[in-house]
Amino acid sequence: MNYAADLPLWVALPVALLLLVGAGLGLTGSIGLLRLRSFYDRVHAPTLGTTLGIGCILLASMLFFSVVQTRFVLHEILILVFMVVTTPVTLMLLARAALHRDRAEQSPEVPPPLQPRQGAASATPTVSPPAAPSAASEESSSA
Amino acid sequence: MSAALLGWSVLAAQVMLAVAMCCAALRLLWGPRAQDRVLALDTFYVNAAMLLLVFGIRTGTNHYFEVALLITLLGFVATAALSKFLMRGEVIE
Repeated sequence: MNYAADLPLWVALPVALLLLVGAGLGLTGSIGLLRLRSFYDRVHAPTLGTTLGIGCILLASMLFFSVVQTRFVLHEILILVFMVVTTPVTLMLLARAALHRDRAEQSPEVPPPLQPRQGAASATPTVSPPAAPSAASEESSSA
Repeated sequence: MSAALLGWSVLAAQVMLAVAMCCAALRLLWGPRAQDRVLALDTFYVNAAMLLLVFGIRTGTNHYFEVALLITLLGFVATAALSKFLMRGEVIE
């Protein structure tokens, strides 16, 4: 890294600090992914790395290349915007898929799906699929 | 002084990100169910993108940035498609 020898200290210090903070957040999120118990706990852990961790590393990269190349290097904002937009989308999709799968298997650690209003009015908590009466009515209407 | 500081911090960041990728890979191997594996794959992609950005700072070239951008794009598409598959049983309806 001989190109960094003439880098001033006021740039090297924040770049080093941002790199360490970003990598530490990524490591914390991955250890949380490894150590937490249930899936719904584990969904929260890697978001440390995917938002603040990669943000710190991108800030360090922007600062470093802006000083080394003596111009503004801002194309890392692309990755930052993309990660901020896509991380909630993917994790919500994944959590909904996991909830759907757990409910389909009637796992005891997730609540059952909300009953429709006429089902809630009847006192018996049936777990029968709510699609059956509508299918029957469709059959009767088509017949 | 600044070169030594930057070199050691880049090395420490690389080691931390490699350990983070090992944690994600272990969860990818152990994951009791499919959604755990998909989440571990997503974390793995993001850690790989961060590691490539740190490589870019180490070598001082801009090429690693483009690889990191590609990895984040492919990671989003892969995770979205796999979640859709877990939800519905097929990707494109």
